[in-house]
Amino acid sequence: MPLVKGGRIVEDSYQRVLDDAPVPDRIPVIVPAARLLADADDLARRGGVTGVLWPNDRRIAELAPHLHKLALVALVFPKFKDGRAYSQARQLREQYGWRGELRATGEILRDQFMFLERAGFDSFEVKKEADAEAFVEATRRFSVFYQPTGDGRATALRARLARASSATPIAREREQVR
Amino acid sequence: MTSPLQQKLKINGPVMVTANRLGDGAVIYRTAAGEWTTEIAAAAIATTADHAKTLLAAATADYVRAVDPYVAPVEFTADRRVLPGNLREKIRFAGPTIALPGA
Amino acid sequence: MYLYDDFDKTLVDERVNEFRDQVKRRLSGELTEEEFKSLRLMNGVYLQLHAYMLRIAIPYGTLSSEQMRMLAHVARRYDRNYGHFTTRQNIQFNWIKLDELPDAMADLASVKMHAMQTSGNCIRNITTDQWAGVAPDEIEDARVWGEILRQWSTLHPEFSFLPRKFKIAITAASHDRAAVKVHDIGLRLHKNGAGEAGFEVMVGGGLGRTAFIGKTIRPFLPKRDLLSYVEAILRVYNQFGRRDNIYKARIKILVHEIGAEAFGREVEAEWEKIKDGALALDPKAIAEIASRFRYPDYERLADEPAELKAGLAADARFDTWFKNSVWRHKVPGYAIVTLSLKPEGGPPGDATAEQMDAIADLADRYSANEIRVGHEQNLVLPHVRQRDLPELWRALDSIGVATPNVNLVSDIISCPGLDYCALANTRSIPVAQELTRRFRDLDLARGLGRLHINISGCINACGHHHVGHIGILGVEKNGEEYFQLTIGGRADEKAEVGALLGPAVPYDDVVDTVEDIVAAYLELRERPDELFIDTVKRIGVEPFQERVYATR
Repeated sequence: MPLVKGGRIVEDSYQRVLDDAPVPDRIPVIVPAARLLADADDLARRGGVTGVLWPNDRRIAELAPHLHKLALVALVFPKFKDGRAYSQARQLREQYGWRGELRATGEILRDQFMFLERAGFDSFEVKKEADAEAFVEATRRFSVFYQPTGDGRATALRARLARASSATPIAREREQVR
Repeated sequence: MTSPLQQKLKINGPVMVTANRLGDGAVIYRTAAGEWTTEIAAAAIATTADHAKTLLAAATADYVRAVDPYVAPVEFTADRRVLPGNLREKIRFAGPTIALPGA
Repeated sequence: MYLYDDFDKTLVDERVNEFRDQVKRRLSGELTEEEFKSLRLMNGVYLQLHAYMLRIAIPYGTLSSEQMRMLAHVARRYDRNYGHFTTRQNIQFNWIKLDELPDAMADLASVKMHAMQTSGNCIRNITTDQWAGVAPDEIEDARVWGEILRQWSTLHPEFSFLPRKFKIAITAASHDRAAVKVHDIGLRLHKNGAGEAGFEVMVGGGLGRTAFIGKTIRPFLPKRDLLSYVEAILRVYNQFGRRDNIYKARIKILVHEIGAEAFGREVEAEWEKIKDGALALDPKAIAEIASRFRYPDYERLADEPAELKAGLAADARFDTWFKNSVWRHKVPGYAIVTLSLKPEGGPPGDATAEQMDAIADLADRYSANEIRVGHEQNLVLPHVRQRDLPELWRALDSIGVATPNVNLVSDIISCPGLDYCALANTRSIPVAQELTRRFRDLDLARGLGRLHINISGCINACGHHHVGHIGILGVEKNGEEYFQLTIGGRADEKAEVGALLGPAVPYDDVVDTVEDIVAAYLELRERPDELFIDTVKRIGVEPFQERVYATR
């Protein structure tokens, strides 16, 4: 499953640790939520950064107290039709100020990339090789965005207001006629 | 999705496998030769659940030509012509039961 | 009319390109049907019994004559010369080909029309009062809020994969013509004690397998907070709505299971965190959207001009139509005209390409290039000079859209049913057609007064049977078509779910049964002006049951 980061396919530096398996020292790992909640302090003391795989049916508020110990949060799309993690992502970025890596895992297809990016994800475990290769094209398909999210893209409404306030009365008039 | 081969399939009488054609949505029937036809007379007829399952599995694998194949009942006229076996299939076969406004 | 600018236009064009790519990937086999299905649904494409169906959005029910002509073009070029206006301010074409769909969408985009979010588990086309902007009983034009919500919800990155579809409706009038209480979110714009306008927010209304009337979680929400509040509702729903069972996935089930109060608390807690963020609407932003709704330059005219009076005196048929299909307008000397798409024996809500073109021409001549679509599946010309009414009526009559049956027993709402729909259990159009023939006597129909019959061919309730004064629901029994009847439902400001009358009746008996219900009403009503719905309210279902089922 190719990993896309910064618009490119990259090597995954993290190792997944399943349930009770021992956590290797000095390499980046992603642990399950239960493991994080049980061993948060031990994990933080080891060498190597830690990520968590947070399920889409647990509140982000539960994860919040541990965020400072983490370098990565991976959220899950068990089916691409199951969109719960979009809300979790926005809460993490926009309400809890998460600045670390936010990874989308599970069934990730090309047609979700723009939505994922707008919700705050910055790395993507993509299901199909061809989709991973099309990442840049897929995320540049749209140039107009109606709703504000934490991604900082200007909305159509703000752009309109900015244009209206900078335009001369004549230009404004022309805009109305068009 | 469960594969059709793993699904339980009960049939009460003769059946065929039908679907819609990918490009235009037309009603199509699976033939014995593993092709698709719009002619119901050319549909492969199964009378056992195993045969129906085999037909359905092959049809489902053909997802580039056909959308959502399923098993549907058929009945025969006195001279052994194939007819759809329920109201839904009759309407798919013959078109809406009402006069179309744009005609 | 709402004037699109280059931002709106660019987005619609970009969406067409994206869809073209999605279709290409499906046709090449790169996408499976399961993957493609949710992508095509989000762009209004269904696969029905005989063909693909395309559902096009008519945001808040407003169409320009140019757009209506484009719909006629799509009907001719890509379909079979007709289209079907639905109960949610959309139009559907029934015979479209997948490989031609991207071209049809590009044609539609040239007049700024699209099919975005007319299906799928996302926020659907925002609907409102078909008389918005011209209704005498409104406090303001609800379409401005429809447009604000349309923009916010279009390609929403967080809410495009919800547990289930999500429908929002708005009314700003004292009489609710938008059925807001049977929507996932219903918004009623009204004034508080201080004279400020704001929204009553209702959630969890809906029809389908389990019908619920929406519950108010906020009696008064200031305008600036509309988007943040709706976003908070959607965020709670997206996370906690059920995804294990398609029939329990709508927000109404979540609200029902945890209770409206607990649901409201979750929403308020989320809202507290975002209410002062980027979604807060300042007056400048609202004014920007409102400024792009244009109204005709109304002439200064008086009500009841001589031309109208002379026409009424000269022609009894015109007089009948005028009393039935013409309503008072905000502006003196003008009228709101409803075009009945329910001719005797016709499929409810259908219009041919020729009718669409003719209506577009009439809108140009008589209604400032504007047409509206309402949830009762009729059309409206919203800006007609009263003095033009006699002439307009003759033109409407000649194209078959002046049947004076608006709000009467033959003004039936119906889904497409098993004649087209892959989900249906029974047909519904032939039942509607037979009812219009049975009740063809318009004198009798007028004597019955307002009486809404709604028909759905399956439990999904696209024909809104729960909220019909008489509701008809198709069910399948041992391979045969049967119909359950309910009475006492209504979709307006006093919305209620109808009560079951008795055992389902077979196809051949359903029209007779409706006739018996109507006969029972004539016997049971207190006065000639007691409406059917009021008689049911007063005496309940039982007296109807006794009479209707006595001989069955």
